[in-house]
Amino acid sequence: MSELTASAAPPLPATAEKLKFYGLWVIAGLVLLLLPKIFSSGGSLTTFSLIGISIIFSLSYNILLGQTGMLSFGHAVYYGLGGFLVIHAINIIGANKLAIPLPIVPLIGGLAGLFFAVLLGWVSTQRSGTAFAMISLGVAELIASSALILRTFFGGEAGVSANRTKLLKLFGWNFGPQIQIYYLVAAWTLIAVIAMYALTRTPLGRMCNAVRDNPERVQFVGYNPHVVRYLAFCFSGFFAGVAGGLAAINFEIANSAYLGAEQSGTVLFATYIGGVGFFIGPIVGAIFVTLLSLGLSDLTQVWQLYFGLIFIAVVLFAPGGITGLLMMHRPLLRAGALARVLPSYLIALLPTLAMIAGLVLSIETTVHYTVNPGDDSHIKAFGVNFDAASPYIWAMAAILLIGGFLLARKTWGWVALAWDSASSAAREKGIAP
Amino acid sequence: MLELIVISTLNGVLFGMLLFLMASGLTVIFSMLGVLNFAHASFYMLGAFFGFQVSRWFGFWPALLIAPLLAGALGAGVERFGLRRVHRNGHVAELLFTFGLAFVIEELVQIIWGKSPVDFRIPALLDFPAFTIFSTNYPAYKMFMLLVSIAIFVGLLLVLKKTRIGLIVQAALTHPHMVGHLGHNVGRIFMLVFGVGTALAAVAGVIAGPALVTQSNMAGLLGPILFVVVVVGGLGSLPGAFVASLLIGLVQTFAVSMNGSLSGAFGPLSPAYASSWLADIWGVTIAQVAPIVPYVLLVLILIFRPMGLLGTRDT
Repeated sequence: MSELTASAAPPLPATAEKLKFYGLWVIAGLVLLLLPKIFSSGGSLTTFSLIGISIIFSLSYNILLGQTGMLSFGHAVYYGLGGFLVIHAINIIGANKLAIPLPIVPLIGGLAGLFFAVLLGWVSTQRSGTAFAMISLGVAELIASSALILRTFFGGEAGVSANRTKLLKLFGWNFGPQIQIYYLVAAWTLIAVIAMYALTRTPLGRMCNAVRDNPERVQFVGYNPHVVRYLAFCFSGFFAGVAGGLAAINFEIANSAYLGAEQSGTVLFATYIGGVGFFIGPIVGAIFVTLLSLGLSDLTQVWQLYFGLIFIAVVLFAPGGITGLLMMHRPLLRAGALARVLPSYLIALLPTLAMIAGLVLSIETTVHYTVNPGDDSHIKAFGVNFDAASPYIWAMAAILLIGGFLLARKTWGWVALAWDSASSAAREKGIAP
Repeated sequence: MLELIVISTLNGVLFGMLLFLMASGLTVIFSMLGVLNFAHASFYMLGAFFGFQVSRWFGFWPALLIAPLLAGALGAGVERFGLRRVHRNGHVAELLFTFGLAFVIEELVQIIWGKSPVDFRIPALLDFPAFTIFSTNYPAYKMFMLLVSIAIFVGLLLVLKKTRIGLIVQAALTHPHMVGHLGHNVGRIFMLVFGVGTALAAVAGVIAGPALVTQSNMAGLLGPILFVVVVVGGLGSLPGAFVASLLIGLVQTFAVSMNGSLSGAFGPLSPAYASSWLADIWGVTIAQVAPIVPYVLLVLILIFRPMGLLGTRDT
């Protein structure tokens, strides 16, 4: 028996690996601690807080999509309900002078998310795949529409607001300034990330992966896939609730947009763009998408269109997301064959960028004629000034777009060739790509 | 009361037939390609906006033909150059692709036609009351909508039951792989079915556009109800989609026209509870609850009959 376990279980990690593993978390904690010292402006602190919230939310979403293979279109329900419960909790605690400090209030959001996931999850997780996706959409619409009917609880269109500074003071912190909120969000982010990472290492986390890959065999092994999906759904709801609670504390308001389809879509975009195949993927995606949505909205009027196009491009060309793309290169790097593909990347980059520039130019020119037809035709998009009425600009857009596309198609063929030769070189060295 | 029942039944059947125009395409696409086209309602919206634009240039009747053709061609292009590419990454990627597409189409429509409703009018030829029933004038355009959707329904039925291509589609509903093994060009059939399905949704858009509001949020409003229809009917079942379309059309139309509430039935709530959340539930009318009725139906169906009304396939 002991022989069997010895051969089945992976070997205990060496001390060096352990150090590396724990060192990573310590470094993450230090980075979170020191970040406001480097970027101390109010705007960057708000951005960091938003990123932290988005990281928890995206990781909770990945418990469903990446780990259990359930595509949900209604994850914002648990986020939003967590947020509403937290706002009401702050109001009640403040009015009754209860001895509950703000830092543990997000837990209330988590419990709210858990409660509703327990309630709605059993029906939702009966089936997986497309049916689950549609059910999650239906449940989300149900809750979002009900939110507009139950006005006393959800506050109608205006939402419910609260004052977070009225709570019990802890070490003299009243959580008024953004820096204190940042540290609150950072601490919760670190805790939630560690907890969710630990979850992936438990037997339940492993069974989730099994349910994702082959539910039929899971049944043969003696597990009920429905129960496994349900448990994953409950955990996911809990962490989504924590994220929603933090968001409510950050903004001091909760409204029906928290529960809406747009919020559900955003978390799906962030998680998928980051990459669902790796634990770190949603973290990368949350950072990328938050920065992108904040940055793009300054640069162009129609940033949501670009957002959608980026998402489609990721689905079409990089189904593993950003992390998936990067991780693809690991075996090549280890085999020292990366140098074979890099030149072809550089060649392919040029026409691809030209094509993107042409696309952006044509979109911005069209926007000028359709959205603001009466305005001055000298417009500025992405920091570049140009005359949208000039035929030269139209010609340039067309040439860049079509020429870039034709050239890019050719050059990406070369990339594929270079990739094949590099990965076969890696295979010869015994490193499976 | 009788007046309400007759008018609501007519409107409900009309709404149901419109839903079925879309749900039928969605169901056939789902059965054959295995992908639930999230952007299906977007093609309905595109149909309405194309119809609006073409009818401004050439009039309504050419628009009724041209707009669905345009939308169908676009749909076929999406299948050929988008979905077929994503197919090897699995069904989740396909669903996500159509989800992103729905998002992009909505943004594009907002950019081109703006966020406010466009002035898509009923053609003058049909702008008269068809008949008067209990002192209510029933517009001729609604009868026209009903006739068009019934005509397409009958046409679809004939094509499916009596033609060779219909036979192949029917076979592919239950045994998609076998159809491929028999040597049919599955890729071309897929493209055709996707194109026809999206064109049908666009027909619904063109004829519904003047009667309802043609606005950039119309896909977002109708899309979720459409998915409720196909899940309630049973994923991949055409008769199920038909029954569910009519059911949801009727239920929602009747709910909208009813004004009763709990406080109306049992008297007002005692003042002690007036500001609590109970007051919201007590005072809400059935008409106000109407938007959530399809979703309640969805949850009930899932609890008592997870396969859907007439469904047989498990996802």
